[in-house]
Amino acid sequence: MFQVNRAYPYIFYLSLITYLLSIFWGLFLTPEDFVQGNSYRIIYLHVPASFISQSLYLAMAIASAVYLIWKVKLSVYLVRSIAPIGAVTTFIALISGSIWGIPTWGTWWVWDARIVSTLILFIMYLGLISLHDSFNNNEKADKFLSILVLVGSVNIPIIKMSVEWWSTLHQPASITLSEKPAIDLVMLYPLFGSIIGFTGLIACLVILSSKLQIIKREKNKSWVKDYV
Amino acid sequence: MKPVRKKRLQTVLLILVTSALGSFLIIRALDSNLDFFYTPSEIFLEEIPENKRIKIGGMVLESSVIREKTKISFIVTDYQGSINVEFDGIVPDLFKEGSGVVVLGYLKDKTIIAEEVLAKHDENYMPPSIDIEK
Repeated sequence: MFQVNRAYPYIFYLSLITYLLSIFWGLFLTPEDFVQGNSYRIIYLHVPASFISQSLYLAMAIASAVYLIWKVKLSVYLVRSIAPIGAVTTFIALISGSIWGIPTWGTWWVWDARIVSTLILFIMYLGLISLHDSFNNNEKADKFLSILVLVGSVNIPIIKMSVEWWSTLHQPASITLSEKPAIDLVMLYPLFGSIIGFTGLIACLVILSSKLQIIKREKNKSWVKDYV
Repeated sequence: MKPVRKKRLQTVLLILVTSALGSFLIIRALDSNLDFFYTPSEIFLEEIPENKRIKIGGMVLESSVIREKTKISFIVTDYQGSINVEFDGIVPDLFKEGSGVVVLGYLKDKTIIAEEVLAKHDENYMPPSIDIEK
């Protein structure tokens, strides 16, 4: 806990600087796209937010499994503290995608598989939060939360593969593990920077949120009374 | 691993397998209904009734675009089949010959009467200069 506290400002400022520099790089120093012109530049928000919204769910699924198997309390606190952040990043992904859609596709919303599965992810985050908060019994709430997170984790590969399995308006991934990126290097470097910076900023939010969760849940313990 | 934990691990795996299997069956049952659009070659195979609103996706065939006042007509192709589209309205900026398009409309005399035309772009991003060099 104290070590995280000590590392926190470094993580925060490094990530903030990385993200701001990448945004500046992406907005002002890279050329425009040969098809989309300047409107592609929202990629430096849309891709990090989408990447994080899915990664956070995976993190929640792993933490849920750890809680269910080893009954590590901290692990389920983490699940509960990630959920609202996941909801926010998914919301950012949906909104930035909508804004991107207007000048390129000619519409801000369509019901294609990628967009609908992302909307389901957003609703799932909200559902998990309200489910957990609706219990009086903490232990029951934790158990139901982690089981439901695991059940919902099937949506993550569906989001990922939606653009391959079905015909969608959304284009397939530009960056894949197996192939050369379909995005030119001058645009790819700031994109990587923005993903790293954004991830760091979200990690800071997760740290803050889980601190709050620990203090809330352990509020009757003497160490919390000393700490607060 | 302690027996009790092993049992919990099995439960976790069971949850994962069950939900994956459940979604797999749902997705299989929904089949092509999850597709956003038909391709031109599918359209005549599926015997779509006239006046039913459908979406067609494909490429705008090169030099098939004819503009007449506010009206525009073009051919959508998937290089196996193709279909005529007529549209009265504004097409998105990215609408171009040889690039992707999704058309919402209904079938009439083997022509799609479009109500909405959306542009579909691919996953490639590059500066304009590189495109010219190619």
